[in-house]
Amino acid sequence: MRHFFRRKSSCEIAKGRLKILLISDRVNCSPEMMELIKTDIAKVISKYMKIDAENMEIQISTVGGKSGKGAGGKHPVLYANIPILDVSAQEHAINLK
Amino acid sequence: MESQVIVVTSGKGGVGKTTTSANVGTGLAKLGKKVCLIDTDIGLRNLDVVMGLENRIVYNLVDVVEGSCRVKQALIRDKRHPGLYLMPSAQTRDKSAVSPGQMVKVIEHLKEQFEYIILDCPAGIEQGFQNAIAGADRALVVTTPEVSAIRDADRIIGLLEANGFKQMDLIINRLRTDMVRKGDMMSAQDVVDILAIPLIGIIPDDENVVIATNQGEPLVGSDSPAGQAYANVVLRVEGKEVPFINFEKGISFWTKVTGIFHKA
Repeated sequence: MRHFFRRKSSCEIAKGRLKILLISDRVNCSPEMMELIKTDIAKVISKYMKIDAENMEIQISTVGGKSGKGAGGKHPVLYANIPILDVSAQEHAINLK
Repeated sequence: MESQVIVVTSGKGGVGKTTTSANVGTGLAKLGKKVCLIDTDIGLRNLDVVMGLENRIVYNLVDVVEGSCRVKQALIRDKRHPGLYLMPSAQTRDKSAVSPGQMVKVIEHLKEQFEYIILDCPAGIEQGFQNAIAGADRALVVTTPEVSAIRDADRIIGLLEANGFKQMDLIINRLRTDMVRKGDMMSAQDVVDILAIPLIGIIPDDENVVIATNQGEPLVGSDSPAGQAYANVVLRVEGKEVPFINFEKGISFWTKVTGIFHKA
């Protein structure tokens, strides 16, 4: 019953890696462009709240991978993970005015 | 004559394009079809050795394109299978010796006498690939259940779609059911889910393929797992519905039970 506690099989790892890899391949989005998108998003969000731009992550992926066709799902989604440092957003926004 | 032009392609090298071309071509000839195999890998020809016809080459594809010989002169007849011919590639030239337009012309000429024209595509996505797909109306995409091969296959499928291909079928080569069972290899279903094109063949990893290549005689139809699997691919290419062989037969009940746990 060792299997129940086993770590992810290498097959699962391969599938997971391919899913992410193929989506960025298909979207044809270069790492440079991703970096530009990231800095632009950070700029916009920073207008309203204090964020940790250093540690934010963006990634193109499918919706939960359950689109019926696996990674073959035709609608990729851009995920952004942005750590917020200070939530007192209004103050920040008012300052901008 | 109503003929089909099929390109065998993969993107990545070494996944079994040439083996697949040789076996599908030979298999179709065994069914009594008139088949012409064309090696489009200029500079790195291989199909002639896999077919065991390397000693009979006089003229090649580049000679035909350049007008140094007639199409008929470059065709090598396989004496073992009536109706099977090979047009070899040039070994001492490079991809730029042939253009897509010239390929289309040669294929149009061959269509008059052959029911199937099978093009063995070189690895990569450069001019060699463009030449190979130019005259084809259908593709067999070969992959193995590995991350790198699948990624390249996905790229190839995208390029084929962009070039107007409507019919693309997937061959999963060198599958090892023992590893799939342990969760250490993607299953055929996993690969089909990812690439999302119709499956036309699953070829098990079989040492007989190496032996057949050593001997220069494609193993399609022989009494080996890969030979049987290729025979089924041939029937499916012909449009027949053939159930996929279950290579897992003979596995004990207990392995099946633990197999379920593996999946969970």
